[in-house]
Amino acid sequence: MAERPSRLLHDWLQRQLPEAGFDWLAGQLEALQQDPSDRKLHIALGMIPRRLGKDDLALSEADLRAAEAARPGWDPRGWSVDEAARILALLAAAGANTGFAERFTELCSSAEVGEAIALYRGLPLYPDPGALEAQAAEGLRTNMRAVFEAVAHGNPFPRERFDEDRWNQMVLKALFIGSALHPIQGLDQRANPALAAILIDYAHERWAAGRPVSPELWRCVGPFAVASLLPDLERALGSEDETERRAAALALAASPASEARTLLAGAGALSAEIESGALTWERLATQA
Amino acid sequence: MMFIDPHTHMISRTTDDYEAMAAAGVVAVIEPAFWIGQPRTNVGSYIDYLSHIVGFERFRAGQFGIRHYCTIGLNSKEANNEALAEEVMEILPRFALKEGVVAIGEIGYDEQSELEDKYFRLQLELAKELDLPVMIHTPHRDKKRGTSRSMDVCEEHGLPPSKVVIDHNNEETVRETLDRGFWAAFSIYPSTKMGNARMVEILRQYGAERIIVDSACDWGISEPLGVAKTAKLALERGIPEAQVRLACYQNALDAYGQSGQIKEDDWLNPPAIDQRTLYEGNSILRGGREPKIEETKIRRSMDELIIE
Repeated sequence: MAERPSRLLHDWLQRQLPEAGFDWLAGQLEALQQDPSDRKLHIALGMIPRRLGKDDLALSEADLRAAEAARPGWDPRGWSVDEAARILALLAAAGANTGFAERFTELCSSAEVGEAIALYRGLPLYPDPGALEAQAAEGLRTNMRAVFEAVAHGNPFPRERFDEDRWNQMVLKALFIGSALHPIQGLDQRANPALAAILIDYAHERWAAGRPVSPELWRCVGPFAVASLLPDLERALGSEDETERRAAALALAASPASEARTLLAGAGALSAEIESGALTWERLATQA
Repeated sequence: MMFIDPHTHMISRTTDDYEAMAAAGVVAVIEPAFWIGQPRTNVGSYIDYLSHIVGFERFRAGQFGIRHYCTIGLNSKEANNEALAEEVMEILPRFALKEGVVAIGEIGYDEQSELEDKYFRLQLELAKELDLPVMIHTPHRDKKRGTSRSMDVCEEHGLPPSKVVIDHNNEETVRETLDRGFWAAFSIYPSTKMGNARMVEILRQYGAERIIVDSACDWGISEPLGVAKTAKLALERGIPEAQVRLACYQNALDAYGQSGQIKEDDWLNPPAIDQRTLYEGNSILRGGREPKIEETKIRRSMDELIIE
């Protein structure tokens, strides 16, 4: 049987932290379960990085599998010790507390940067997720890229909760602030024609300004690249930038338009690389 | 040479200032909570202000390779609005333990009114409870008596002078501040506070032990390069480098380092999580131990005509 996420967080921290640090945390968690007052929670959240430090959380492949089993989509890669402990404290204080969404909103509104990142990274683990959507969207409105990415990257919450408009805004903003698309969960599953149209407009705007277009943009365009959009892909296919050419080829391969096959065939080697699986969006994104 | 400017109101400054400070060698700044030039009318705007200096401003500084810290407190001017002050006192504990908060401050006297005295004392008690250093704003008017009184009150409340920075000193206040064992900070602020040539003479006369140089740059005509320019002038005028380093870097680190919230490693060897998130890989540490500041183009010139 899969462990509960809070149990996993607890075990990972116990394994990694010095005994004195973990004992302190365990005491705080117990106190929060008994008296989840704002004051206790504020102090615990403030003290956690001071007491426990900010090392990266050391996770094995088995830990990541356990996370996935405990909560599908939960991806704690890149979490730090203080983030994990802060989320655990929040869960401990949540207990039978029915006002979790109000408390979450209040905490987010006065959070320092590291705290905000922890709060948003914990989104998949909190009770009453439906009530958290508005604050998650608020996290996307920030100008702090790392906070935006705490919502958008490696987090199943957006794919599960955001409607199409919010989803599309998130993807577009990621491109706008120079954030990668491939860490967004559900990027292919939630691609849609409206998003493809928005992204094409955005590409035109960038070209008009003489600014580069992220190759990842074409990933969300490809499946909806009908004949009228092919000239744009053709342009990208002729780019001086190799990554952009490769992205255009991948988008053409996903296009439903028959003319896309002809264009792709003209790209020669790239077509063969896609056939063989040597060229994929993931590889393109991580090599670029 | 690396510098710390331990008194800056960056919330009022532009990106040009951040660029110029980074290029001049400033690696860290401390932003004391203060008034904003216009009185606040309710606690909500105080909450937003404090959230801003622990949040977005810290992030913004990181984009220029500068580490940002702050102090939390109710300033003396707004202590005179009792209804507001009461509500602000309620929310201070919520902010005083945020990451990067290195002191309670800047607190103290403006007109030396009864209400100012009341909230000054309450905040000294808060600093003791939370084991945080204190940054004292000394009054601009009736300064000498106000400075003495600030130190009297700190002693009365049992704060060790080693945990209290007395700011905005001048030639008239420095001897008493040092003799009583407090840190003596000087704000290099044109026209109203210290000039840097005068500052150099103070270093020559008193040495650099427990002396701290800051700019106090804010929304007025002020100089974000105050610390860097003072350091350069002091070196040119024969002050030993070790003393310049104490006054423009090390003493601030030692005084506010007592909070446990500011460490040299923050800029020389930051935690991986902060590298990835807060600073987006924008570390000032590139190779060697001393930071290498990239050449930045100062844009505020009509000769730099192209805007891309």
